[in-house]
Amino acid sequence: MTKTAGHGLGGFNPVSAPDYLPVPLLRDLQLARLQQIVRRAYENVGHFRKQMDARDLNPDSIKSLQDISKLPFTVKNDLRDTYPFGLFASPMGDIVRLHASSGTTGKPIVVAYTKDDVEVWTSAMMRAFAACGVGSGDIIQNAYGYGLFTGGLGAHYGGEALGATVIPISGGNTDRQIMVMKDFGVTAIACTPSYFLHLLERASELGVDFHDLRVRVGIFGAEPWSETMRRRIEEMSGIKAYDIYGLSEIVGPGVGIECSCQCGLHIFEDHFYPEIIDPVTNAPCAEGEEGELVLTTLSKQAMPMIRYRTRDITSFVEGPCACGRTLRRIKRIGRRADDMFIIRGVNVFPSQIESALLAVEGTLPHYQIVLTREKGLDQMEVQVEVTAEVFSDRIGALEALHTKLESELEHTLGIRAEVRLVEPHAIQRSEGKAKRVIDKRNLG
Amino acid sequence: MKIHQLSLFLENKPGQLTAPCRDLADAGIDIRTLSLADTQQFGILRLIVSDWKRGYELLRDKGYVVKDTEVVAIEVPDRPGGLLEVLKVFEKSAVNIEYMYAFTFGRGDKAVLIFRFDDPDAAIALLNSAGINVVGSVEVYNR
Repeated sequence: MTKTAGHGLGGFNPVSAPDYLPVPLLRDLQLARLQQIVRRAYENVGHFRKQMDARDLNPDSIKSLQDISKLPFTVKNDLRDTYPFGLFASPMGDIVRLHASSGTTGKPIVVAYTKDDVEVWTSAMMRAFAACGVGSGDIIQNAYGYGLFTGGLGAHYGGEALGATVIPISGGNTDRQIMVMKDFGVTAIACTPSYFLHLLERASELGVDFHDLRVRVGIFGAEPWSETMRRRIEEMSGIKAYDIYGLSEIVGPGVGIECSCQCGLHIFEDHFYPEIIDPVTNAPCAEGEEGELVLTTLSKQAMPMIRYRTRDITSFVEGPCACGRTLRRIKRIGRRADDMFIIRGVNVFPSQIESALLAVEGTLPHYQIVLTREKGLDQMEVQVEVTAEVFSDRIGALEALHTKLESELEHTLGIRAEVRLVEPHAIQRSEGKAKRVIDKRNLG
Repeated sequence: MKIHQLSLFLENKPGQLTAPCRDLADAGIDIRTLSLADTQQFGILRLIVSDWKRGYELLRDKGYVVKDTEVVAIEVPDRPGGLLEVLKVFEKSAVNIEYMYAFTFGRGDKAVLIFRFDDPDAAIALLNSAGINVVGSVEVYNR
């Protein structure tokens, strides 16, 4: 059953107008903004000025958009090294908001917003919601975490500004999430894809069928997920699942989003200028060629980011989109350079494992990868939860499932991985970003 | 007459059997008989309980992967060749026995065995025409 839109907007949402700027105008706008932001960063951020001076560059060196490639990169360590406020370009008196990363390794990184920055962010999130058909009349359950994490407040401001009703439920308390979804007639949900799976699972345990709910759109982000996972989510819930992209260093959620075509994420490039480079040679990639996404904030005042290396691997989608947006698209991010691990000399991304597991009928993507080292040899165990769908009272059927999972993995990865079938809920559920890899190797 | 068997997925590690048995005991559901099939990694616990519907819902709500399968309880003469007579019924048929296990109780000189067939209805028809007694569900659950 396809669920129909709950609001009466239909057709074109004026919020989306900047998505359709004619390309020459868009490029002019980008250049003007790039020149401004480089000047702002040069004049206000010592770290940036030093790097520019070392390269004999100054703000006047930017004469065309192509000149961006002359500029120095910014990497995550630059944010750590200048912790907490070293990259700010505005005095604290102009800064209205601070956010910070979770800081799983050492110090967190801190990001800042002026009033105008919050407005730009809000407009990007409005356009993101509008691109997937959410508008006034919709009830958005915002299950992204509120707090230092940018997800919660970013989606909140965008949803409200759009005229939608926002439920600021934040993450966690899964049973209450399901109750609210049902009782309040929620039409759109925003959370991480792994948390949505957890919601689906819990709902089914409580006897709630998502097909009976009014939820028709999911806006999922903050972690890489696969196309197979999207299809599985859509089948299981009857909703349309959209991929949203963003990162705190740039602004938070709302850097890019899929449109109804679900074929790549449009980058709101009037504010965030995308490049894709070869992470080794730093040379720009040809259209369609995979590389590291590099983003420059074109309008951010409090904390301009020049050529920030996202560590996210993607490629530009070639050609215009059927939706008519002139914004360039990137392929969904299935791989983060930071998530990659090397086992027996082979590079492995968790998303590859997810795709392989989901290729087997009836499996659910509750999985975890455990890496160990035995007698100097790396071992990879993939733990997969058994679901009611694949469970059988016959040993033979379960052994066949086990073999099938192992051979799918070997086929995809090119190396052997041991599959361990585990009981439901054996793998810890996350209310935010899922932890997929447990590395017990002592890699000194 | 088919009866309902509950199967549970268990990881093969110490103490795994305790939890479902405790959950059933706490709910006052009696285990009539059970069989445990296991590999190095995992096991399948198969149970015949006094109230399979309640047992099924209880275990499912407790978060187990539980499956309800229809099996057949058959009376087998408790003497040499007793089982053979039953097996002979299926020898030339297309019905396949997936697995079987015994009940903890007998009935006089008869033992009761649980059979999991790929086609329980065809199996029952064959048993009936061979004059072999299929034990009813009321007897199995309430004994």
